[in-house]
Order: sequence, then C-alpha cells, then structure tokens
Amino acid sequence: MSEYRIQGNTGEWEVVIGLEVHAQITSESKLFSGSSTGFGAEPNSHVSLVDAAMPGMLPVPNRECLRQAVRTGMAINAQINRWSRFDRKNYFYADLPQGYQISQLYHPIVGEGEIEVTLNEKDPDSPTKKIGIERIHVEQDAGKLMHDQHPTMSFVDLNRSGVALMEIVSRPDISSPQEAGAYLKKLRSILRYVGSCDGNMEQGSMRADVNVSVRKPGGELGTRTETKNVNSIRFMMQAIEYEAQRQVDLIESGGAVVQETRLFDPNKMETRSMRSKEDAHDYRYFPDPDLLPVELDDAFLEECRASLPELPDAKRARYEALGLTAYNAAVLTAEAETAFWFEDLLAEGVDAKQASNWLMSELFGALNKLGKTLDESPVNPKQAAELLGLVADGTISGSIAKQVFEIMLETKQGASAIVEEKGLKQTNDTGAIEAEIAKIMAANEDKVTEYRSGKDKLFGFFVGQTMKAMQGKANPQIINDLLKKALG
Amino acid sequence: MTDFSRLGVAAIRDGVANGEFKAVEVAEALNTRVAAAKALNAFIVETPEMAIAAAQAVDADRAAGKPLGKMAGVPIGMKDLFCTEGVQTTAASHMLEGFVPTYESTVSANLWKAGAGMLGKLNLDQFAMGSSNETSYFGNVISPWRRNDGGSAALAPGGSSGGSSSAIAARLCPAATGTDTGGSIRQPAAFVGISGIKPTYGRCSRWGVVAFASSLDQAGPMARDVRDCAIMLEAMAGFDPKDSTSLDLPVPAWEAALNSDLKGKRIGIPREYRLDGIDEDIAKMWDNGIAWLKDAGAEIVDISLPHTKYALPAYYIIAPAEASSNLARYDGVRFGLRDLPEGAGLQDMYAATRAAGFGEEVRRRIMIGTYVLSAGFYDAYYTQAQKVRALIARDFENAWASCDLILAPTAPSAAFGLGEKNADPLSMYLNDVFAVPASLAGLPAMSVPGGLDKQGLPLGLQIIGKALDEQAVLNAGLAIEQRSGFTAEAGEWW
Repeated sequence: MSEYRIQGNTGEWEVVIGLEVHAQITSESKLFSGSSTGFGAEPNSHVSLVDAAMPGMLPVPNRECLRQAVRTGMAINAQINRWSRFDRKNYFYADLPQGYQISQLYHPIVGEGEIEVTLNEKDPDSPTKKIGIERIHVEQDAGKLMHDQHPTMSFVDLNRSGVALMEIVSRPDISSPQEAGAYLKKLRSILRYVGSCDGNMEQGSMRADVNVSVRKPGGELGTRTETKNVNSIRFMMQAIEYEAQRQVDLIESGGAVVQETRLFDPNKMETRSMRSKEDAHDYRYFPDPDLLPVELDDAFLEECRASLPELPDAKRARYEALGLTAYNAAVLTAEAETAFWFEDLLAEGVDAKQASNWLMSELFGALNKLGKTLDESPVNPKQAAELLGLVADGTISGSIAKQVFEIMLETKQGASAIVEEKGLKQTNDTGAIEAEIAKIMAANEDKVTEYRSGKDKLFGFFVGQTMKAMQGKANPQIINDLLKKALG
Repeated sequence: MTDFSRLGVAAIRDGVANGEFKAVEVAEALNTRVAAAKALNAFIVETPEMAIAAAQAVDADRAAGKPLGKMAGVPIGMKDLFCTEGVQTTAASHMLEGFVPTYESTVSANLWKAGAGMLGKLNLDQFAMGSSNETSYFGNVISPWRRNDGGSAALAPGGSSGGSSSAIAARLCPAATGTDTGGSIRQPAAFVGISGIKPTYGRCSRWGVVAFASSLDQAGPMARDVRDCAIMLEAMAGFDPKDSTSLDLPVPAWEAALNSDLKGKRIGIPREYRLDGIDEDIAKMWDNGIAWLKDAGAEIVDISLPHTKYALPAYYIIAPAEASSNLARYDGVRFGLRDLPEGAGLQDMYAATRAAGFGEEVRRRIMIGTYVLSAGFYDAYYTQAQKVRALIARDFENAWASCDLILAPTAPSAAFGLGEKNADPLSMYLNDVFAVPASLAGLPAMSVPGGLDKQGLPLGLQIIGKALDEQAVLNAGLAIEQRSGFTAEAGEWW
C-alpha cells in the first residue's frame, strides 16, 4: 500500500504496527452474570453477587456473547474454533473484584482471519491491503476507578465489571498511521454491520492497544512498545506518529527502545512510559476450573452464519451493479447506518440512483449544516421517499424539491402536504409557458439574434428566465421543448 | 421416652411422618445436646431457633396434611463452608469472621426445601484446607473418640469436615453436610466411625459454597449409616444452572434402590494401594472388607492403578493452584476483614489484610499455588500435574474393564492425636493418599466403618465407583455395614 517512511539521520525507517482492539460486545447482560450492561447508570447499580465476587459465586457463560464473537469471526473469514476455553488472568487491583480476569489465552474462540482495507475507502482506485487477524478472544471488562470523588480516597464503580469484550488482535501487518486508521475504521464498520459492537469509541465501547516498532526497511523487527487504551482513531494515528518518531530519535541518538507499556496523552500529543517489562505482572494464566470448555455444534454455527447480514464489501459490489458509481457505493456502504437508510429508501420504491444522489448531496448536506448524525435525522426514509416520489412522477421539479425538503426539516410536515399548501406543483400548461417565452423573447431581442447567429450557450439563459417567470414550477423538459421550437 | 440422639435420618423422617413424635421434639432434644457439647468445639455458630422454626413448619405441614419432603423434620449440621442467608459464614477463617451472606447456597437451600432444619454451622479446617481440623481460626474440633489406653489425649476428628464428623459421632446431629476436595468427607468419616459419600463431581451444585479448588470441590452427606447418606444425598443433589459444572441429570432414587445383594458385581482390589509398611490393622480391615463383599455375592479381582503414586503430588499442585486464584477475592475491599494500616496504599492493604486474615496453612497453599502457576514453572508443575490427572482418570477407566467397584482403605491410619502431625505438613498431606485419586478422577467414593484398630479407634473402608454410579457405591457400603457389625461408639466424656 503506501510507502510510509520516517526520514532519520541514518536513512529511512519503516514502522511496524499491530493493534489489539477491545470491542464491547453488544448484549443485554454481562459475560458471566445477569447484570445489565446499560451505559451511564448510577455507579454500582449494575452489580450482581457474581460481579462483586462474593464468596461461593460462580460464572455462567452468556451464550449471546459467544454467539456475537463467532459471528464477528465469520465476518472476517476467520477460523471458528469449535472447542475453546476460558482462562484466568490473575492480578490484584481494586477494579477487579475476583482478583482475576476471565479471558482466553490458550484456546481463543476465533482463530486466524483477515480484513481488507483501503487507504481511502471512498476512492475506488485507492490500493487495498489485507491485514491479518491473529485471533479474537472473549473476556471480562474490569470496573472503573473514580479518583475525583474524595480528597484522599479512590472510589470503585463495578458497573462495567464483567461486561463482555472481544479482543481482536491483528498481525503486525500495518505499516503506517493511515493504514492503522483505515484498519480501525473498517473493523468498526464490520462490527456495526454484524451488530456485535456499537463501535462507540467515546463511550469506551471500542479502544485500541497499539504495538509499534521501527526498523530499517526490510530489516530485523525492532523492540516494540505497547500504547494502551487509545480511544479514538485520530489519537491512535497521532500516537503512532509520535511513538515511531520517538523510537527513531532514540535509536539514532545511541539509545535503545525498551519493551514497555505506554500511555498516550492527547493534550500533549505524546506517549509516556507506564511500566517497563521488568515491572510487568506475572499473570499466572491457567484454565478457569469453574467453567467447562466452550463447545460449538453445527446447529449453533449454522445459526450464526445464517444471521450474518450482507457485509460492506459485498454490499458495495451489489450497489455498483444497481448502477451506482463506485464512489457513491463506497460512501453508502462505509457505515452500516448509511447503507440501511439507503436500502430503506429503495424499499419505499425510490430509484437507486435518485436515492443515492439525494442521500449523498441533499441529506448529508442538510445534516452537516444541522450538526446531526444520520440517526438523528429529522426526516426518516419513509418521509424522504414521499418527497422523492413527487420528483419522480413529475409533480415537482428537482429545485422545488430542495425547497420542500428545507421546509420538511423545519416543520416536519409531509412533502405532499407542503406542496399542496404552498402550491408548488409543477405546471405542464404549455399555453402559459409559451406566453412567458414570448414575453421573454420580446424583451431580449438582441439575445435572440445572438442565439440564432450561433451563440448556443444563451439557451441556458432563456431556460433560466422562463423558469424564473414560472416561479420555478414549470416542467423543465417542457420548457426545453417549447424554447427550442420558439427560438428555432 | 425416645432418645432422639440415637435416631438417624430415616428414623426421624419416618417417625415424624407417622406421627410417632413431633419434629419440634427432635429439634429441641438435639439443640440441648449441641449446647451441652461445647467441649468438642464442633460448631462455630449454633442456630437453635432455626432448627425449631424448620421443625414447626414441618409439624404444621403434617397437621395440614401437606406432603412432606425427603428430610422433613431432620435437624442437621451445616459445614461452615456453605453460605447461609442471614447466618455468619466463615470457612473457619478470620478473613470471613462476621461475614453474613445475603444468599443461600444451592445445596443448603435444597436441604431446607426438603424439610431439614439447621442446628448450626459446623467447624472445619480453614477454607477446607487440612486433615485434622487444626487449621480452623476458631480452634480445633475434638473427636469424641479416645484411645483405649485409659488416657484422655485429644484426637483429631479428621478434616476438613471435622466439625461434621465429630458432631455426628457425638450424636449431636443425625447427619451433616460435608465437602470433599481430596478426602474431606471420607477421611473424617473414617476417623470417627461414620459413613460419608462424595458423589460424582457435578452432582451437587457448588453455587454458594466457599471455593477451595473448583475442579475438585464436591459436597456430600455424612451420617451414621448408608441409608441416611442415600436419603440426604438425594436431597442435596440436582442440576443447578448457576453452576456451569453442574450435571444436568435427574437425581436417582438412591434410597429406594438400595440393595446389598452384590451378585454379579466385580470388586477391584488395587495392588498399588497396598503400600509398603501398611498399618497392620488397616491391612486386616481391608481383608475383612474383601471377605464381606465376597459374602454379599461379589467377585473379587486384582486390579492395577499404575499411576497411583503420582496422585498425591499432582493433587498438591492442582488444588493449591486453584486455591491461590480462588482466594484472591479476599482482598479487604468488599466484605470480610480489612486491615488498613495508617497511611497504607492499596497494595499495603492487600498485604496486611491477607496476612492477618489467612492462617498459616492457607498462606502455605496460596504460596504453593502461586509458585506452580508462575511463568517459567507453569509447564513443569501445573501442566505436568494435569497430565498426571488425566493418567489417573485413565487408570480408573482401564480398571472398569475388569471391575465395577474398587475397595480400599479410606486413610492410612486411625485418628491421630491433635498436635501430632501439624508440625510437618507433608506427613499431614499423606493422610489423603488413598482419597485423592478418586477426587482427581471426579468419581463417587464413600467411606463406611470397617472396624477398630488396636487402640480401639475406628477405621474406614473406601468404595470407589464409576462416574454417576453412586447406587453401586451405596449398595456395597450397605453390604459392608450389614456384615461388619460395627456398633462401637465414643464414650460421652464431655
């Protein structure tokens, strides 16, 4: 894909990047307990006896979380392991009531797969690259420490404790911040399509641990650092840029990169050391004896496969076959919500090209101005289809449609009602149009002469004048026909 | 007047059902005996009012003509490893001293549903780690038994279910719950001349039982005869969706199917259990057991369980490994003891709390477990021990080709004196040598009295069965019970 190189004093450097993405699995209840996973609740209101690790409490796997991990694996063409197992990762911390996190080290539920990314997903000519996925495993999230509640004490909120996460581990196949960004976007898009994670990085339901090392092009792999818990695509790209440059500077000034865990500070735009390998925990992983191995049967796998939606790459190909441009198809499929909106329009009977053009210019433009997302659109697909239907059957012109849409956004009225109330129906009355054309030609005799002597461009002037005189309500095709006849 | 302390589970259940006496009379009589036996230190908490309330409920049900449960009117002791709602649950540790659960373990809830009542919470080795009850934070339980030398040396009731064994042998209760991780039901039963069965792993729910080693822990009944064990096991067992390792199988009617005719059954005698220097009395009891089973119609076959000698070392890697992780939750944050020295940070609090809250044996096992799971040692210890565990299970599988049950001693000796072995953890661990193979394989195993040794102390015979074949184990136990003529009792010195 792109040749991303850092120019150092000793020559060029190549960056090697691998990502571990933690994605919160969309599910009603936690991975091993019946507590709600709802976001934003009062601290410690979603905590069961199991989540609080009371004596004698036992985990019971939530089948839905495993199902979502399997569906995600299928969406990236990964190997699904029919036999997997949960392990305990042991360490003491106040946000970890059990004293261990239940995870999957030795036998993850999903094995190797891959994701194809495009540097500029909206450019059909942009080169593509396959990023290998090493594994996806399922694990528990920890609770949250709150340091701002008391002058000398830290408080613990266990609402997140035990919420299911997928850890999606890439191969170190990524070689630039842009590729990393494209990978994370594509991954998020797939998760949203599958419905296994909402991909909401602001709320922490998706975050990345970023492994970065540098080397001379084609040389031996360098020592890597891991920057933890980066929670936006932009920050991740900045963290990689900073970290790669830091490592090059360090090596070139005679130092050595230390294998360590780092944190990204988005305010200072730099990474900082958190702990070195020497301080690393010995997690004493071992199979969780409270849980049986996870065995997946044919019926379960078949249901997972059958429930997978059409994925972005397949959708894009299908949209192109519907006659959409490659660009439009790419934009409409990049996010599941957009594609679903578009398909709702088609389901209402709107023509594919009309729907895609309107969605990308009118709707996106309007939402942009309003500062709203597609989910928050004041107009729903059914209402939009009504508007586009009026254009398609010639009731209103495209330019009137723009006016009607603006009124819809403001008043939430239906398109037909607005057209009726404001008298915006397009006229096909040739007599009225001919009368206006005659007036315009009389008032612009010079231009008529110029046109007739070969200045074809003036045709547009006459169209505009006529439309203006008709207050925009004349059928443009009829204006064209009548003008051609009148001007000769 | 009936001496209710002499009645077992079946006799109390039937007497209450037939109207021979009221459940409340039984509860009152046993409450009195419990209160008078403090010298044994069998109970950590006594709950006489709960025994009475349960009995009153049963009497009312009977008066109203309602159907009665399997354990209706039977007051029992509850090992203090089972969480009991509203009643302190300590696992005999300082760590959980004062901890009052808001929930009831599945097994104890099953028993209350069956009409049993609770006399109190029974003492045990701390977190069920020990074979003599000397690791309890609340002081060791004393066995009601004494040697026939005229002395008054205090003997170990066995462990970890030592409060259970002592209370039953002293006739403070007709039955009690036990838990068995590596012999904790069978060895104490053997030490005091009662019966106890550890069912197949997964028969009894572990939900609400303070965990020691999850892959081994299994609850079971202890009582004065085999029938009582069968009745109580029926009440305790059953599928529990809250325990992922619980077996989703119906509970067999073990009591109704009890049958001591062993015609057609082949009893395996494992040659590896006949250790060099085996106690003479133990060897003699074992021979008697073989003769009794033969008399009951069984065929005796020699078998080999070649990996037996590796069972104890494997057990003492796997159990502490799991324990080191299971006990991590006792951190002083949410419940139980918190030791927060002046100016201490989080790590200091963990260290201080756990140092103060755990006894020496618990700390030893946490350290062993932490060590064997550590990077660089994991494969050499834990992985290797798991391989051994698989080989032990395969030994049994192979043995089932030539036999249906296995007969062996429960423990290598009779009860020892308190303080005799606790200086040397290894000699204490050796007590489990005959018990742990069945634990590692998850098989049902029972101890029934096999006779007395030269000191006049009880010895136990162990019957190991195929997975899920508790019935055959109970039947063989019954056959031994009918032939051993074991009627010895501890004198009431307390």
